[in-house]
Amino acid sequence: MNMIFSIKALTKEYNGRKVLDIEELYMEKGSITGIIGPSGAGKSTLLYILNGLEKASSGEIFFNGKKINGEPDIEARRKMSMVFQKPTVFNMSVYGNMAYSLKLRGFSKQEIRNRVIELSRFISMEDKLRQRAVTLSGGEAQRLSLARAIIHRPEVLLLDEPTANLDPANVAMMEKLILHARTEYGTSIIVVTHNMFQAKRLSDNSVFLLNGNVIESGSSAQIFGSPQDTRTLDFIEGKMIY
Amino acid sequence: MEYFAEAFNKALSLMLSLDPELYGIILLSLKVSVIATLISTFIGIPLGTVIGLNKFWGRTALINVTNTFMGMPPVVVGLLVYILLSNQIGLLGPLRLLFTPTAMIIAQVLLATPIVTGLTIVAVQGVDPLIKKTSVSLGANGLQLMWLVIKEARYAIGAAVITGFGRLTAEVGAVMMVGGNIRFQTRVMTTSIALHKGMGEFQMALALGIILIIISLLINSALDILRGTRGASDR
Repeated sequence: MNMIFSIKALTKEYNGRKVLDIEELYMEKGSITGIIGPSGAGKSTLLYILNGLEKASSGEIFFNGKKINGEPDIEARRKMSMVFQKPTVFNMSVYGNMAYSLKLRGFSKQEIRNRVIELSRFISMEDKLRQRAVTLSGGEAQRLSLARAIIHRPEVLLLDEPTANLDPANVAMMEKLILHARTEYGTSIIVVTHNMFQAKRLSDNSVFLLNGNVIESGSSAQIFGSPQDTRTLDFIEGKMIY
Repeated sequence: MEYFAEAFNKALSLMLSLDPELYGIILLSLKVSVIATLISTFIGIPLGTVIGLNKFWGRTALINVTNTFMGMPPVVVGLLVYILLSNQIGLLGPLRLLFTPTAMIIAQVLLATPIVTGLTIVAVQGVDPLIKKTSVSLGANGLQLMWLVIKEARYAIGAAVITGFGRLTAEVGAVMMVGGNIRFQTRVMTTSIALHKGMGEFQMALALGIILIIISLLINSALDILRGTRGASDR
């Protein structure tokens, strides 16, 4: 099976405290992998390390079979994109925001225009292309963040709680866009979420993290249908876990 | 009050007189300050962005030095440049730049660069860290990240440049020392004001001061309009 990420003996420490300690973890190419777990489990830290925004303390990470060790070069980073929990738009127009990652990669003006128009229709923002992005609502800004992250058709999309604090209509549109990226662009997606229903709905595979350790990973059907570990079951059932 | 009103009237009539000497002084003042501000901008913005964006050994000390130089007394800068350009002892003496507009520009660049750099550092540090992370996560390299951060902080950086320019148009100590206030050669508005004050012509000095303030107000208003227009039409 083709793996987009293979992780071995990965650790991350802050001031001597281990916040991530993963023996082994594999993420399938072309699939949606949900990372679930309580606050402080190390979910976001894992995404940051995969994207190269933070360095691992030790261990090995393979991206497409190539060792990156949490410090991917620009070539590897340009195959990825990340969307954060807080909607983050640049202080320019909606068009400028959507075009940003394409301009970084030297796309032609015509290609940029075509892709921006196509995707802006998909997120129902074709009439707002000239509007300043900082004037958008939270939901619109997050849709724009996601569109900007997938417009260059990345191999991997890393999502850190992308729909937290959004209303159901925006959540539905975001999920539609995530599935669009997977189906149309073949993008592998790794999504951190607190929302169990969303993880179940979206993910092909799921990983349950607790205190920096992988407690259980596998197909979402198995994790949500018949979890092997009682802690996973407790978490899925909404019981408190410390 | 009457005295000030008379000075104001004198300032207006001077401006309307189209006196070649006065306009020569105004033009030289603007030329020296604008060139010095441009050079300081080209040095200060990239330098301030690099310092503001990156963490490296000695960064705090560098910021402290920059902050100290922001308040550097102009006469000290003037003295340093004077010694540097002095025919007898200066390293750059053979270039024979002392008492030329070039010497005045050099002194003013030394005065404005720390201001533009220091205020750019503050502007860059004020940009939301998530903006920087988003840019990197979307694939920006170091230069692309720098450019985005400069664009995000453009209003604050614009204010840094205006502050630097304001400091230069008001500066007298350094340009007097390295320019020498030579009529038709290195006399600028501020040194001219100092000269008239020294000669006891207070009303004339005040009139020139009013003209200087009017010019600064016009330039700042023009820059402000430019900032506003750019802000509204950014794409």
